[in-house]
Amino acid sequence: MNFALAGNPNSGKTTLFNALTGSTAYVGNWPGVTVDKREGVYKKLSEPISIIDLPGIYSLSPYTPEEIVSRNYVLDEKPDCIINVVDATNLERNLYLTTQLMETSVPVVIALNMIDEVESAGDSINAASIEKRTGVPVVPISALRNRGISELMKRAYEAAKTGREATNIFSDTAIGGVINEVKDALIAENVSDPLFHAVKLVEKDELETGKWAAAEKIVETFREKFQDKNFGNDCEAFIADARYKYISQNFSLSYTKKPKTEKLTKSDKADRVLTHRIFGIPIFLAIMFVIFHLTFSEDLLFISAMAGGLPKLKDSGFNMDNAGVTLLACFYDGAVFSPGVILTNLLNWVLEWINVLAELCCASGPLWVGSFVVDGILGGLLAVLGFLPQILTLFLFFSILEDSGYMARVAFLLDRIFRKFGLSGKAFMPMIMGFGCSIPAMINTRTLADEKERVSTVRVIPFFSCGAKLPILTAIAGGIVSFFGVGNADVITYSMYLLGIVTAIVTVILMHNTTMRGEIPPFIMELPSYRMPRFMSLMIHLWDKTKHFVKKAFTIILASTVLIWFLSSFSPSWQFLLEEGEEGLVNLRMNESILGSIGMIVQPLFTPLGFGSQLGAFGWVFAVAAITGLVAKENVIATFGTLAAAIAGTLVATEDGVLETVTMISATGITIPGLIAFIVFNMTTIPCFAACATAKGELKKGTFKWTVLFWVVTSYLVGTVVYLVGSWWWTLFIVAALIAAAAVGIILFNRRRDRLAAQGILPKKRERKKKVHNCCGDCSACKGHKD
Amino acid sequence: MEKTLKEFVPSEKGTVRGITAEGRIRRRLFDMGVTPGAEIVMKKVAPLGDPIEVTLRGYELSLRKSEAECILMEVEK
Repeated sequence: MNFALAGNPNSGKTTLFNALTGSTAYVGNWPGVTVDKREGVYKKLSEPISIIDLPGIYSLSPYTPEEIVSRNYVLDEKPDCIINVVDATNLERNLYLTTQLMETSVPVVIALNMIDEVESAGDSINAASIEKRTGVPVVPISALRNRGISELMKRAYEAAKTGREATNIFSDTAIGGVINEVKDALIAENVSDPLFHAVKLVEKDELETGKWAAAEKIVETFREKFQDKNFGNDCEAFIADARYKYISQNFSLSYTKKPKTEKLTKSDKADRVLTHRIFGIPIFLAIMFVIFHLTFSEDLLFISAMAGGLPKLKDSGFNMDNAGVTLLACFYDGAVFSPGVILTNLLNWVLEWINVLAELCCASGPLWVGSFVVDGILGGLLAVLGFLPQILTLFLFFSILEDSGYMARVAFLLDRIFRKFGLSGKAFMPMIMGFGCSIPAMINTRTLADEKERVSTVRVIPFFSCGAKLPILTAIAGGIVSFFGVGNADVITYSMYLLGIVTAIVTVILMHNTTMRGEIPPFIMELPSYRMPRFMSLMIHLWDKTKHFVKKAFTIILASTVLIWFLSSFSPSWQFLLEEGEEGLVNLRMNESILGSIGMIVQPLFTPLGFGSQLGAFGWVFAVAAITGLVAKENVIATFGTLAAAIAGTLVATEDGVLETVTMISATGITIPGLIAFIVFNMTTIPCFAACATAKGELKKGTFKWTVLFWVVTSYLVGTVVYLVGSWWWTLFIVAALIAAAAVGIILFNRRRDRLAAQGILPKKRERKKKVHNCCGDCSACKGHKD
Repeated sequence: MEKTLKEFVPSEKGTVRGITAEGRIRRRLFDMGVTPGAEIVMKKVAPLGDPIEVTLRGYELSLRKSEAECILMEVEK
């Protein structure tokens, strides 16, 4: 048997789901739209019940992709029972969905969740009386405290066995007659769930029109004559109002409220401060700063900076070869580290041991076997897994913000700014998370309801330079300063971050006016009450992300690292290039490798960016570094190290990569604008494989290839502009003129298109409809609307 | 007195008279409980002047001024 959980967002469905299924939960994707559908099994009844957690929705009308998904699931897949999870503390609005579910013929059981909160507020709900009035089983539960759950499942099982007739809540109203007529017309056409479709037809639901001509005719004649003293000829308003009337007649009477003194609740008090007119934004900025500080800072609370620098362990006479000391260095080395950095260090400390073990194991085999295991498999994997702690730390903080209800307030605070770019305030969170790592940021875009907004956001997330790109910035900035003796490394680094943000803003505006055209997504959003985040739900969140990430690391990333290792370790004539060096194997002849040959072939492509053909014999290294950066961005500087060694003839390795960069600069004769263009290119081009895999999973089918193209084109253009303007300042005028011409062209084109659309020559409607029907396209709900 | 929700000041109370929005926004407002007859209390304006926060049917809803403009209200004295 299949039971589906349906309910408003924030009604505690996921908590109930976890309580029902234990740890058997897994995350799957729905076809067409990437909205999580979780499935699990409840085993405590006479037969195993599979539980499906539908996305949180407010109604079965086609407003967001989630609503269409849930609606199609209920109507087409026909679960044996719907468990309608209702937030008992916010009964009225939650039951609006219930009235719609009752119009289908699927058995429904109402789970009055969070009953404990209602009781502790001194209120009470008479479940038996609701049940008597509506004929739908009602079970008060607390998913969090595991109360009433087996009772709920027993009632649901009974309901599934007995079945249910659709409930018509409009029979006594002015539209009762027409709904019955339409229903009969639909029954004549053998439509399942005739009552549901009849009500939706009277509501003029866009998914329903154009399917049943006879029934629609009845509706049309009725609507022409319909006249209500309160609503005029407005059928939709009448129906919405009738639903709420039904709710207050049948449910609200059973809700006994303790007489309340007009006192502010805790949630109100918190809200007063957090969305304060003056302090709201500074508080938000402070929270962001603290989160990033705790995740990424290598000097917790600035203790070391304030003390004027604390001694490093090495300088204090510790033996750095001692395992205990290296463990200590995970927490403190010249400064106390932040929790995020400590976790990263600890994981790397463990991984290092695995690496050493692997090296020992392979020592007796042929050279290439050792290199394959250590450099090919482990090297890439460890580089990617090494990021997991910081990603999870960042994710933990953002989950706390989300669970507490603050995230919705952030959207509220910032919507004004984001609307200017054609986005809504909800797009902010994924973007700022991008500074940490693109992967959790892209996953976070699921909170955006509008598909176009999601695509634009996923595309610009890599421009918010992530943690792995920072080494590229610092190494090259350091190289510029020490080789050319100009500028300040920090200024260069910061301006690169800024350039990334500017690129993101410009491309979002560009997309909003070209491929992602559409109205600015509306912003009608519930602001949930503040709640204390629950430890268990946070951990489940994290565990899900970990699984997701680790799975990717062992599939696509592993394959790609092996490929890069192979290409860089063998020459086109299959000769193994690595040699025994002082510190293990070194690849001094990478320029003879297949990768080197590929680098030389693609090198001319980068000429407009300043690191192509003009660089002479060794110029291909920049091309190769950019290619290896596709696997993981930290490979860029690592490749510099290997290639610098090949050029210099000895191993050049420093912690920050500055010396390698200097070697590369002197060998190739690259200019400052060329180097800056190189940074810019790496920053805005296709992100690492892990992020690409995430983007592919998060985006609708067919969108990913355009996204990759978008990254390539953007990075190429921005890199070229930076190089040209940096080398010959007067080209600025040409660039500005071209940008202005493009802008004018787009504006004129859009005006013309709008004019044509207004005249009905261009089918503008079709574009809109597509936006609504972004489901699989094959189900019955879409058939009437296929283009 | 009648005016749109956009013109409300914080802590002003009123009853919804009608919705002038069309299509999706109109449907969304109904789904969120903004129906004729519903009581709305204006709570606050976001720091940057938009959107606004209101209380209705026992919960908090945030919407933009452009959307609030479509909600006709009868002001309660």
